[in-house]
Parts: sequence; structure tokens; C-alpha cells
Amino acid sequence: MVMVMVMAMADGWGTWGWFAALVAVLVVRVFWVVQSTGRPVSLQPGLKRRPMRTLVVLGSGGHTAEMMSLVEALNLQWYAPRHYIAGATDKMSLPRAEGVEARLLKDAGDADGSVQRSQYSQIFRSREVGQSYLTSMFTTLWAFVHAVFQVLRIQPDVILCNGPGTCLPICVAGFLMKVVGWKRVVVVYVESIARVKKLSLTGLLLYKLRLADQFFVQWKDLKVKYPRSNYVGRLM
Amino acid sequence: MAEVEGKGGQVFVTVGTTLFDALVKEASSPPCRQALADLGYTSLIIQRGKGSFIPVESDGQDGGLKVLSFGFAPNLSEYIASSALVISHAGSGSIFETLRAQRPLVVVVNDLLMDNHQCELAEELAARKHLVYANSPATLIQTLKGMELPSLVPYTPSTPLAVVNALDKFLGFVDS
Repeated sequence: MVMVMVMAMADGWGTWGWFAALVAVLVVRVFWVVQSTGRPVSLQPGLKRRPMRTLVVLGSGGHTAEMMSLVEALNLQWYAPRHYIAGATDKMSLPRAEGVEARLLKDAGDADGSVQRSQYSQIFRSREVGQSYLTSMFTTLWAFVHAVFQVLRIQPDVILCNGPGTCLPICVAGFLMKVVGWKRVVVVYVESIARVKKLSLTGLLLYKLRLADQFFVQWKDLKVKYPRSNYVGRLM
Repeated sequence: MAEVEGKGGQVFVTVGTTLFDALVKEASSPPCRQALADLGYTSLIIQRGKGSFIPVESDGQDGGLKVLSFGFAPNLSEYIASSALVISHAGSGSIFETLRAQRPLVVVVNDLLMDNHQCELAEELAARKHLVYANSPATLIQTLKGMELPSLVPYTPSTPLAVVNALDKFLGFVDS
């Protein structure tokens, strides 16, 4: 690609040359990032891992229940600070997360309030349950722009998500941060326990596009069908 | 689960955060009330979710079931815990909350949903005898009449620790 750029300058290709060079650089970069996705996060020996800023995407209903079950089992000092995000029309998930957080902090003995507080924000949903596929395209585009903005603002080290479509634009935004070289955002996806024999559309997209660094499924049959996924047990 | 198998108990119907009027309608219909009364239950509480159908309530003075309904509640666990039978939509949240509370569960699939993946989970858990399965609201009454609650197998909840440990290793918090 360097050659393309040099040639572009030497031969005076003008705007098109520069454009071609830029596209070439991007393509190579995307391939490089995709290829490095899924590699464990390595640490130099003797170095202690610092806490990771964690973005928890709450998908409403059963998705939120599963995710909070996972969050409750996390080491709260390692996965900190935590930032929760839920669909704008989802009135239940954020209060639920706040309730769990309050209990966890109380259990951890944070009486003086010294632990950094978790944050909560909303995102436009790509698709409501029952929405048609046609209008979904437009709402998805809008949700994507909003997601990129939110991820840039939150600057997560790790994204935890488990569907539905709400998490897709967030994961893509995390991927873009890697592509432009801003920082390594580790995307962790846990397919919903409701998916026994087939991946969800969101899960399938993340799997096929290799957007997730860790892709957990909760039933053995799925691991057999999708060998790059990881099965260690269920959340519920 | 024999201890909660209910003579005289309360039945709780829940559709979670979804819109599932067909289930609310069917569960509150006179034939269903009669079927539940015949099984020995005395009251019926219905959580309606986003639906617009509001069932006719009853104080039970007429000798039938006592019937109440509400739209949403922040926490349904108390309703589930105090019930002798739960009839639920096929959402994983409601299913696992009920199974973890060790309450007998009848899951009714919403056969009108566009992408109806929900039956997968309910079918799998029904095959393992953790719950009773009805493939649509239309078959609810028939399912209630034919169910054998004593043959249900209690669900052993999983712990998320296995997933968390794998994650800790991947992120370098613990040595792999």
C-alpha cells in the first residue's frame, strides 16, 4: 500500500490516487484487526492488570436478566468503572441494574462511597420486537450513529453484550475504534440462553463478521455447529 | 415440587414486558377459569404487560375463581413465590425466574410473533421435564387439563462463574 501511495504522488494521480491509497490502507487495516480479533489480552509478566472500563449493554427482558446474572459474578474491582446502556424505550433495565449495583456496593462494604459510581445511559434501539424489516433499516442506521457517539464518549476497554439488536451498533462502534487505532476494545458476546439450536441474527452477524473477541454460547449443540464459539456453561 | 402442587392455591399468569393479549384473554376466559377451579385453584392473578385487553375481575363471591390483573410491576418474584402454579409467556426471563423459584410452570408460546425463536428454549426445557409446554394460547386449557405436575423435574440453576472465569483468563486478570 505504501507503493500505491508513492506511485500516486509520483504519477500525479490526483484525488483518485489518494482515494485509492486510503481505501487500500483501510482494507489492510480492517483485515489486520479482524485477524487479531479473538486473541487473548496478553500482559507482560509481572505486570498487574489494571481495571478495565466496562460497557454493559442491557438488552431488555430476559437479556437483561442474564446479563445482570453475569455482572453479579464479576470481580467488581477488575471490571470498573461500569457503564450501563439500554434501549431508550426500555424502562425496566436501567433501574434494575441500579438496584443490583446498589446491593453489590452495599455487600462490598462501600459505606463511605469511595468506590467509583457506575453510570447509566440510553441508546436508540435498532429494532423493536415486532417491527418490520424495512423500517428496521432506517432505525438501525440512526441507532448506529448514536452508538458510535456513545462509545466514543464512554471509551470502554471491554464491551459485554448478549443481544438483541441493540448491541450490534455498539459492537461495530467498538470495532471501528480498533480500526482507526484509537484503542483495543474487547468485545464479549454471550448468546442468549433462549438460543438452543440456532444463533440469533445478532449472534450470527457478530460470529460471521468476527466482531466479537469472545463468543460464548450456552448450549453444547451450538458449540458443535459454531466451532469458534466458546461453551463453558449457562448463566441461569 | 409436590409441596406446592396446588389445591387451593393461586395461579399467576405473566407476559413479562411483552404484548401477548391472546394469552391474557385465554387465561381469563370462563372455560379456563372453570378448568383452573376444577383443578382446585382458588385465585388467578394476571400480569398483562403491554396489552390493552383487561380481563373481567372477580372477587370470588360467585363461587368461581378470584381474578385480579395489573399491567406491570418492577418485581414479579413475590407473585411467583406465592403462587401454586405459574402460566408464563416463553421469555427466558420469566421462565428462569419461575424455575429458580421451584414453581410448577406452564409456558405458552406466542404463535403470532414474527421471529418465533422462543419455542426453542421452552421445548428444550419441556423435553427435560422442567416445565409444561403449550404451543399456543388456543391449547392452554387442554394443556392444563392434561398436565401431570408431580412428574416435573426441579431445575438446578447454573452458576455464571464458569463464564466469568473464562473471561477473567481471556482478559489477563488471572493466568490461564
